[in-house]
Amino acid sequence: MNDVLDVALRLIIVFAVFMVVPLVVGQTEHKVMAHMQGRLGPMYAGGFHGWAQLVADGVKFAQKEDIVPAEADRRIFQLAPAVALLPYLLVLVAIPIGPSEGAVGQVVDAGIFFVLAVMGVGVLGSLMAGWASANKFSLLGGLRTAAQLLAYELPMLLAAASVAMAAGTVSLPGIVNAFEWWWLPWQIVGGLVFFVAGLAELQRPPFDMPIADSEIIFGAYTEYTGLRFALFLLAEYAGIVVLCGLTTVLFLGGWHGPLGADGLGWVWTLLKIAVLAFVVIWLRVSYPRLREDQLQRLAWTTLIPLALAQIALTGIVKVAIS
Amino acid sequence: MPPIPGSGLAKGLAVTLRTMTKKTVTAQYPDVQPELPPRSRGVIGLFEENCTVCMLCARECPDWCIYIDSHKETVPAAAPGGRERSRNVLDRFAIDFSLCMYCGICIEVCPFDALFWSPEFEYAETDILELTHERDKLREWMWTVPEPPALDPGAEEPKEIAAARKTAEKLEAQRAQEAQQAQQTPQQEEEEGKE
Repeated sequence: MNDVLDVALRLIIVFAVFMVVPLVVGQTEHKVMAHMQGRLGPMYAGGFHGWAQLVADGVKFAQKEDIVPAEADRRIFQLAPAVALLPYLLVLVAIPIGPSEGAVGQVVDAGIFFVLAVMGVGVLGSLMAGWASANKFSLLGGLRTAAQLLAYELPMLLAAASVAMAAGTVSLPGIVNAFEWWWLPWQIVGGLVFFVAGLAELQRPPFDMPIADSEIIFGAYTEYTGLRFALFLLAEYAGIVVLCGLTTVLFLGGWHGPLGADGLGWVWTLLKIAVLAFVVIWLRVSYPRLREDQLQRLAWTTLIPLALAQIALTGIVKVAIS
Repeated sequence: MPPIPGSGLAKGLAVTLRTMTKKTVTAQYPDVQPELPPRSRGVIGLFEENCTVCMLCARECPDWCIYIDSHKETVPAAAPGGRERSRNVLDRFAIDFSLCMYCGICIEVCPFDALFWSPEFEYAETDILELTHERDKLREWMWTVPEPPALDPGAEEPKEIAAARKTAEKLEAQRAQEAQQAQQTPQQEEEEGKE
């Protein structure tokens, strides 16, 4: 009975985090982007500096009619947003934010494998949406998504493999426990590759060629409206949280920090995640969208060689110190 | 020297970060009133007491948006045995702001200073016909007319002051000359007396 209660409580907490933190990131994006462009951003919803803007947006989306195009592949079309969103919920379960047993939804032994495999599923949602919409813009977006998934999954996996090699384990808490401060310069290249590839996989600007609202009208999401569209948007922000969490755990040492008492490690984790989320927003505001061929060239000629070089470096250092 | 690879990327990030620390330019208009520049052309106010119904404004208006009606009244003679005078009385003064193009010619042309620019601008209506504003509304706007702003440094002297100053200087010079002449006359007499 106690086990059931424990599991239920953990799931509820993870679900609450999953529903709230992406909204916080989204609101931060509204405000940070506005101020980076010399604007104020939302000011009315909720009264104080528009804090409830995303709640208001959610209410608006829920009120809209749920439309499925006549020619669409009905089932697949309706299922796609769930496929895009749920993997991030599953990944969130496995991300540890503190050293103790209670600071992770569920310890998974093969954590990296689980996390990366499930994150890859999220992109399938866009592919399904692109194909099932029976719309040429959606199809274009879906094809670009597929090309991007192929190109960026590889450097992401290679960079993660480098950390797993360094720690000698594929368990996420195990990796953070093995972390030393000098891993930071040692794994910096891998960290950058992982972060950039992750951004590309989330289809965040400047890697948002598959969405490209000004060119192919939101790509795979062209035919979506109402709650299903909102789910896609939520998936994007949940993806940011997951990506920042993973980068923190794998490359920035999770709950390790120069200061802080025992039991407060989770503050460090959350702080690092917040800083990374800010960087994600910052990059979006600063850079223009990459063209499709530039996207592919960046992955195949820059990120993959860098990731391979990082693995080689990790191997050499690992052999040298053992 | 070729630029360091990636310096452009860093520069882009620096620009956005610097903008974030600066004050935003958003005008929160309905909550905060805008600070209008001096001599803002918001609406035209009428100071009825100065109006003589000369019709100059209505005739000069390029799009004929000023409506004036008046009648004549006879004023009894001021002094016994004098002549009766007739006088124009304003019945209606209206400006159709759906036609007005805010050129300000009526204000320039008014010889008696009866029309003024007011910075008031919140008089939108849902029906275009309601944009024709009558004299009572124009009079209300008169009270929102600000004091004329101070002259810019080095600006030309206002014509009235220049004219007054010229007259004063002329009078001064004349008086000085007279004083000089008055002084010289006794001296001459003295000199004549010695001889």
